[in-house]
Amino acid sequence: MSARRQTSGGRIDREQHIRFTWDGRPMQGYPGDSLASALLAANEKVLGRSFKYHRPRGVMSAGVEESGAMVTVGSGVRRDPNVKATMQELYPGLAASGQNAWPSVRFDLGAVNGLFSRFFAAGFYYKTFMGIPPFEWFSKGTGLWMKYEKIIRRAAGMGEASRLPDPDVYDHAHAFCDLLVVGSGPAGLQAALTAAQAGFEVWLVEQDCELGGELLSHADDRLERQRVELVAELEKAGVRIMTRTTVFGLYDYGTAGLLERVTDHLAKPPAYLPRQRFWTLRARHTIVATGALERGIAFGNNDLPGVMNVSAGRSYLNRYAVLGGEQIVVATNNDSAYAAAAELAGAGARVSLLDARANIDGSLLEIAGDAGVSLHTAAAPLDATGSAAISGLEVAAASASGWRSESRIACDLLLVSGGWSPVVHLASHRGVKPVWNADNACFVTPEIGEPIQVAGSAAGIWNTDACFDSGAAAGVQAVKALGGKARAKSMPAIGGWSNPILPVYEIRDPARKTKAIVDPQHDVTADDIRLAHREGFVSVEHLKRYTTLGMATDGGKVGNIIGLALMAEALGVDIPAVGTTTFRPPYTPVAIGALKGRNVGEHFRPLRRTPMHDWNLAQGATMTMAGLWHRPWYFARAGETISEAYVRETGTTRATVGLCDVTSLGKIAVQGPDATEFLNRIYSNPFAKLPIGKARYGIMLRDDGIVMDDGTTWRLSESDYFMTTTTAHAGKVMVWLEELLQTRWPDLRVHVTSVSEQWAGSAVAGPSSRAVLEACVEDPSVMGNEVFPFMGVIETTLNGGIPCRIARISFSGEMAYEAYVPADYTGAMMDLLWNEAQKHDGCLYGLEALGAMRIEKGHVTGAELDGRVSIDDAGLGKMAAENKSFIGSAMRNRPELLREDRPRLVGIKPVDRGEKFNAGAILCAADKVSGMGEGWITAVTHSPALGHWIGLGFVSGGHQAWEGTTLVAADPVRKGNIDVEVVSPHMYDPGGERMHG
Amino acid sequence: MIRINCPFCGPRDHSEFTYGGDASIVYPALDAPMDDWHDAIFLRENPCGMQSETWHHVNGCRMWLVVERDTMTHEIRSVRPAHQGNAAVMSAAGDKS
Amino acid sequence: MTRYSAWAVLKAGFSGQKNWDRQWRDPEPQKRYDVVIVGAGLHGLATAYYLAKNHGLRNIAVLEKGWLGGGNAGRNTTIVRSNYMMPGNRQFYEHSLKLWENLSHELNYNVMFSQRYHVSLFHSPAARDAAARRYNTMRLTDSDGELWDLATLKTNIPHLNYNNARFPIIGAAVQKRAGNARHDAVAWGYARGADGYGVDIIQNCEVTGVTRVDGQVTALETSRGRIEAGKVGFAVAGNTSRLWQMAGLGRLPIESHKLQAFVSEPLKPLLDHVVVFGVGGAHFYISQSDKGGMVFGGDLDWYKSYAQRGNLPIVQDVAECATSILPCLGRVRLLRHWSGVMDMSMDGSAFICKTPLDNLYLNAGWNYGGFKASPASGWYFADLIANDRPDPVIANLDLDRFRRGVIIDERGAGPDPKLHG
Repeated sequence: MSARRQTSGGRIDREQHIRFTWDGRPMQGYPGDSLASALLAANEKVLGRSFKYHRPRGVMSAGVEESGAMVTVGSGVRRDPNVKATMQELYPGLAASGQNAWPSVRFDLGAVNGLFSRFFAAGFYYKTFMGIPPFEWFSKGTGLWMKYEKIIRRAAGMGEASRLPDPDVYDHAHAFCDLLVVGSGPAGLQAALTAAQAGFEVWLVEQDCELGGELLSHADDRLERQRVELVAELEKAGVRIMTRTTVFGLYDYGTAGLLERVTDHLAKPPAYLPRQRFWTLRARHTIVATGALERGIAFGNNDLPGVMNVSAGRSYLNRYAVLGGEQIVVATNNDSAYAAAAELAGAGARVSLLDARANIDGSLLEIAGDAGVSLHTAAAPLDATGSAAISGLEVAAASASGWRSESRIACDLLLVSGGWSPVVHLASHRGVKPVWNADNACFVTPEIGEPIQVAGSAAGIWNTDACFDSGAAAGVQAVKALGGKARAKSMPAIGGWSNPILPVYEIRDPARKTKAIVDPQHDVTADDIRLAHREGFVSVEHLKRYTTLGMATDGGKVGNIIGLALMAEALGVDIPAVGTTTFRPPYTPVAIGALKGRNVGEHFRPLRRTPMHDWNLAQGATMTMAGLWHRPWYFARAGETISEAYVRETGTTRATVGLCDVTSLGKIAVQGPDATEFLNRIYSNPFAKLPIGKARYGIMLRDDGIVMDDGTTWRLSESDYFMTTTTAHAGKVMVWLEELLQTRWPDLRVHVTSVSEQWAGSAVAGPSSRAVLEACVEDPSVMGNEVFPFMGVIETTLNGGIPCRIARISFSGEMAYEAYVPADYTGAMMDLLWNEAQKHDGCLYGLEALGAMRIEKGHVTGAELDGRVSIDDAGLGKMAAENKSFIGSAMRNRPELLREDRPRLVGIKPVDRGEKFNAGAILCAADKVSGMGEGWITAVTHSPALGHWIGLGFVSGGHQAWEGTTLVAADPVRKGNIDVEVVSPHMYDPGGERMHG
Repeated sequence: MIRINCPFCGPRDHSEFTYGGDASIVYPALDAPMDDWHDAIFLRENPCGMQSETWHHVNGCRMWLVVERDTMTHEIRSVRPAHQGNAAVMSAAGDKS
Repeated sequence: MTRYSAWAVLKAGFSGQKNWDRQWRDPEPQKRYDVVIVGAGLHGLATAYYLAKNHGLRNIAVLEKGWLGGGNAGRNTTIVRSNYMMPGNRQFYEHSLKLWENLSHELNYNVMFSQRYHVSLFHSPAARDAAARRYNTMRLTDSDGELWDLATLKTNIPHLNYNNARFPIIGAAVQKRAGNARHDAVAWGYARGADGYGVDIIQNCEVTGVTRVDGQVTALETSRGRIEAGKVGFAVAGNTSRLWQMAGLGRLPIESHKLQAFVSEPLKPLLDHVVVFGVGGAHFYISQSDKGGMVFGGDLDWYKSYAQRGNLPIVQDVAECATSILPCLGRVRLLRHWSGVMDMSMDGSAFICKTPLDNLYLNAGWNYGGFKASPASGWYFADLIANDRPDPVIANLDLDRFRRGVIIDERGAGPDPKLHG
């Protein structure tokens, strides 16, 4: 009783042998084999175990609907669980193993679950596991449930994924075409050729490794000749042929997602190839020629290894030269099984055919008779028997009162055809609900309101020749829709069997107790469907979720229709009244790695470096991340820690001079006759009278009155301004300015240009800053205090003719300048400045030192301006002009925003100066260290100037409200509570004298 | 992928753009009362069906576009620049430059 | 109503599962109800349940245009947490988490709330400090929360990307009491519970019109006839504006956006916690369902949509995020992706409030955060409807807060709905 490889025939290359292993055992196959066909030929029956009951599973199909032979391929970093053996091409050295079983799929201790199956009905876990059995005692909280959950999780899941990083590389590619044809069966081949010959750019995408679809499983010379000719003509016509590629989803505007398996069939993939390629293809027109999938019938033990669909039996014989059994029973309710039965008999098996229909016409009788197939009408499978694989079948006969057990036959292979389901998934992705065709007992796709057509068996056309015709007709329609000329061809009618199908979904004899499986991966039984009905889960969505029917990796391709039919029967309605679930992409599962393309690891997001990056590194900078940027953090000299470095940097800058890379700030050129008016509208403080040659610090509010960003804008001429923004908000501010100019104020004659990348900038800060710059500019007289006062702006030239613009502005609080040059001159400028700075014993400083200085001064940054803070909260209320309206001026006066007790910007010092605290601590009243608190700390530093830790933050009412009171900085997630006092945020040089030099 | 026919760049993937917001909002004058600003900023019609919205072609021409699009089917009925162009603005202003 | 227990399951096994009855009835709509809730999602069903349980009301109907729990209830990524910081959110979500902790027992329905830790990665000292503020606030307000340094994180989740991440992980903020739950079970549990109190859940009943007389709603026109109501509550996230306009009430601070969600093939246990990260403009969350599928998601598609299906750019974004923190996911296969329609509000926070009509109440604007809010949402909405005044906890979750200048903006993103994902 076994399967065997035929001595001739099939599309395999018998000249070569492929060695592979299955569960560690050496096996052999041929090029052209799938893993499933090779294992079948070796008579391996049990290849997997089902999810819930660990029932043995074998090959059930020859395609993507496979629900039984789910195996793990590979090991270590390249371990791939849940691979369908039917879709895995055999290659030398392939190592496959069983999964979801212990110790092996052939002998699995998990099968003990099956003994308790009567208790494990659908949804049983919602009714228990809450407490201690039997009555869910001690049920409080989730502790007990989580103990049960540990066990459930280990039993759940099918395969085991590796925890190691996926080593493979994937590509994301983009393409455009006129016509996308999905599927290369007779309809797809013909449709593609029709359009290509009309001059259009056609993509023909086929998930199999070869073109032909169902044609590959026929034993018909004429059809094979036709196939070969068509393929040759397609190549000649320049059709882009993609094999091993699945169209996994159809999206808006003719966009298709494709997954190309580039090397999954190769033993030694070349290093330069990606493992898989994800395509975003934009097609002007799409033809879905995805064929139809054969479905089974629910009857007792219909999930035993050795039970598969009829077309699989045929495919294994004709395509892979594997005769699946010696005593074959073919059970059907429709005409399509007869040709297969005849071929199997012709190959040497003893074949019995059970047709559920009582009356069939002479043509079928003839086929059976000529082939020596033993035909039984009004007969159907009732209960398959066998331990690990089928060895016999109890047959039922139709009677007036339903199906009744009648006889038994021995059998080692049972092929079942319960009908065909057109593959409607891609249309479903577009939100199109399929329509039930009662004559053919299947769902078909109605008119889609997009340039998408269905052809071939996907449209419910069964006859192969009619499928060719339907492809041609669809091709013609596509050509016309694309603007070409073609003579219309009529689309063949749905159907094509000479005898009508008898809708049969379950064979059940009330006198016999049988367990029929509807979803073979999740072990959803026919009784589960009836249970769902009993409990009120009657809609198709509830049915699916309650029983988990169709939620396994086959996506319900096998079981959905049967489930619907059983629910319809329980409800006493027709199938369409129950509805159909929406199919979601992907059609078959797609590796997450493929969908991400190359944006992996370091390339997950871009890295932005200023033109000073290498120069900074050469000077010993340690970099830190600031958004997408790398910025210098500190410049440690030999053996310095970060603390030593920034304290030195601060001290040096305050004592003499320091240089700091400020290039990452946003820079925007605001130009035009109305530039002044524009700035005056968007900044909260007055800009209408900013003199030429001066800069001004400005605050921008959002429409709702909350602070959006701050920066400094320089006036270079009557109509030319240079705006700077914070690093973090540069992009956002640019978008905002463009939005205002283009959508709200189109009458303003202003143009904005992002020049962030075009200008590189360095701060030059400290008492010697002027001296340094004097030595670096060609004309030192431009630096004089009268001609270049605080907040002044000059455009000048550095030594060597470097164009430069300099503003005397200060974020650090020291006398300082910011010097900008076109980015190409960065190195030259820095060499000049640094050379001079060193003569003054100056230093380079980074973000840590800058942070320390700005915290001491009480200057706000994004840490304080968190998108909820108003201008008054930040202590900058004086910058909100009283005598003009500006963006946000109306909304900033909403009552809650004006309350006195709002959290206001403060400085924070530890009561015991030796103590430390952290940003993120909550400031609480000393007698109420709980609740929402009075405020929070935003930034801290060990102040070089003051010699102890200080911070900035917010406290309700501001520091005036807490004069002389001790607060508590509560930090339970880190170190605990510290007593603090709140003071004015301007903790160093509050009068700002140092800036004015 | 929604394909937007940018008047300046041609048909492009929507991922080249940043989504703006409701294009039917007319923002009041800066000195208008708080209630007018509240309504413009916070209240939305949010229709299921054809509506007008802004998109910003950030990875292209950086022009703001007004797009009529159906929020259920994503079908786009029209695309036009938000700004009519300086020539139109100038002539409307009587070209006081 | 049969009480669920291991004993009942055992008995059912011996009786061929014949002893189970319907989990909820399928009643014909009455002519009139004291309270009609529109929307049988998690919030609507929870509201009906608490109206009956906490307030003793019985003459209640929940109207659902499709099948109960078929909207966002069945589509979300099932994360439950209470790490909200803003006044107005903090107490609300904490109450919700406490209700979650006993929900299975309350409903006698295993909602499978697994308190398996919510781990929120951070990648810079500034982000850590921002997390500290949030989690300190939680600790000071009767909740749990802690920071893990890198070593602790590595011990707990060794297979995150510690080696070549664009944004190196430096630690995580963790709420141990947070986790995930089985979304359908919550909907069904509340439905069964409410039905047990006599609440009529009327499915396939779409509201097509709202009849007003003076400042009151008097009746709802539906696809199953006219239903009069003493009080009406809207709980139809995603479709709030449409119903609001049917009631002739104009505009709302809400936009409908779609959010995609993803599940992988089922696997043996791979990730024991809920892991979340947000950096470089990206936003991503992942956990593993008890059936074994990895459930994950990221950002909105960003354009308004009522279509419950998403486009490819987000699929790619989410795949990038997934593999950037858990590199082993590269070979794990995506099984399905879908989307739901969110009420995105102008500050990212919700509305549980009265409306310009005396007897109409609104529950809306849940943005991404609806699932975890379900129990408290039902609790407070029921309280509001029963007593016609909001509990102090939800006093600021009203439509007028923008006029007042109350900002419940966890993100700090401002009045742009798409930014609150």
